Amino acid sequence: MSSVRVLVGTKKGAFILTSDGKRDKWNVSGPFFAGWEIYHFKGSPVDPNRLYVSQSSGWFGQIIQRSDDAGKTWHQPGTAPGEPTTTPEGFPKGESNKFTYDTSPESGKPLTTHQWYDGTQHPWEFKRVWHIEPSLNDPDTVYAGVEDAALFRSTDGGKNWKELPGLRGHKTGSKWAPGAGGMGVHTVILDPVKTNRIFVAISSAGVFRSDDNGKTWKPANRGLKSNYMPDPNAEVGYCVHRIAQHRAKPDTLYMQLHWNIMRTDDAGENWRKVSGNLPTDFGFPIEVHAHEPETVYVVPIKSDSEHFVPEGKLRVYRSRTGGNEWEPLTKGLPQENCYVNILRDAMSVDTLDKCGVYFGTSGGQVYVSPDSGDTWQAIVHDLPPVLSVEAQTLK
Amino acid sequence: MIRVQLPFHLRTLARVDGEVTLEVSGPVTQRTVLDALEAKFPMLRGTIRDHDTKKRRPLLRFYACSEDLSHEDMDAPLPEPVASGAEPYLIVGAIAGG
Repeated sequence: MSSVRVLVGTKKGAFILTSDGKRDKWNVSGPFFAGWEIYHFKGSPVDPNRLYVSQSSGWFGQIIQRSDDAGKTWHQPGTAPGEPTTTPEGFPKGESNKFTYDTSPESGKPLTTHQWYDGTQHPWEFKRVWHIEPSLNDPDTVYAGVEDAALFRSTDGGKNWKELPGLRGHKTGSKWAPGAGGMGVHTVILDPVKTNRIFVAISSAGVFRSDDNGKTWKPANRGLKSNYMPDPNAEVGYCVHRIAQHRAKPDTLYMQLHWNIMRTDDAGENWRKVSGNLPTDFGFPIEVHAHEPETVYVVPIKSDSEHFVPEGKLRVYRSRTGGNEWEPLTKGLPQENCYVNILRDAMSVDTLDKCGVYFGTSGGQVYVSPDSGDTWQAIVHDLPPVLSVEAQTLK
Repeated sequence: MIRVQLPFHLRTLARVDGEVTLEVSGPVTQRTVLDALEAKFPMLRGTIRDHDTKKRRPLLRFYACSEDLSHEDMDAPLPEPVASGAEPYLIVGAIAGG
């Protein structure tokens, strides 16, 4: 029988929630890496027991943790399973992970500065990994979207990371600027059909697409509109919050822009607004149904000044028409006195026949809908603030 | 033998309880102690000092014998009680965040 594993990253550790295919009774394990911020926690699509965790702290920096047994044991890559886990002296072996921007002459002209909040230029400084995206076909290949915005790739299971400098080295790089939460690559989508194609999204630069496996990149922001931008047709400078793709229709992507829900049907060449009847089109997460490429989920947030759901009601909105027509989903969700936020990586879907939808809140709740959003229940109520949620479907 | 006290999260990462002990050959300085620490516990590389520049991370401080050594010359000899193992070298996480 199929089962589900939900990987949850929080401000104070990681948790694993598991259930059978009914998704009504759950086991909760964790916290793993207690006290650390877990920006993202994701499994390999080809080896679901291979899990990667981005563990960070303002004090001690960035760590990548890996499990090869579904979270039973963990190691910092560098101590491979099966190899001795200790030095000859009997101490644990391993190494912290090193993310160093590429400044080699072979990679062209890597930029050394980007735009700062006050409009001046500022040096690129690595801060943390925001998003981990394991390869669709190799468990040892994994991408990391980082702050300050850059994309790294490891081909040895997270032991060594190499920047793909063509992204940061794009001619617009000096114009990229941080959003309120920093300047990070927060979305990485590996195209399942055009296997050399990668999409990334950056706050606040926008969407970029590579068609040569990450070597060169082009902005893919035509059609986006942001208030107060001096040049309304600027190539970059958009505060894209997240993009999502359906595997069966990979040229169609949906976007939660800072304000506005957007859609493209030509792989980012042109975007159009599909906010329709939403009560507000500000928000962070956006997700697509596992089996219906035109069914999309968002969680509207009141505004960019008030980061909580409108009217004290937690409502997921679903469109079955690829946008524009949205219906509120409320059954099982609090409809009074609720003032939580849902962050960009804190929503996910499983691939069971009846698609499950999951999201986590700034209040520490993780909700599941086992019926594509019709009804909801809280799996847990009182975790630390949730930063990321990823569902794995296990056969 | 050099004694080093690590903050809680670094003890967890290194999977040790209590103090760490190190052998340092040659002069006992902050740099040689940290080099020996990272050699013995490679998982701590980058968590105390930057991987490349070896600059101290901003929210960490180094102490010994009730003195703040954070801004001292990393190649200066550490106090004799540290070199002899009578006193520990302290790596302290800032109390910050409110």
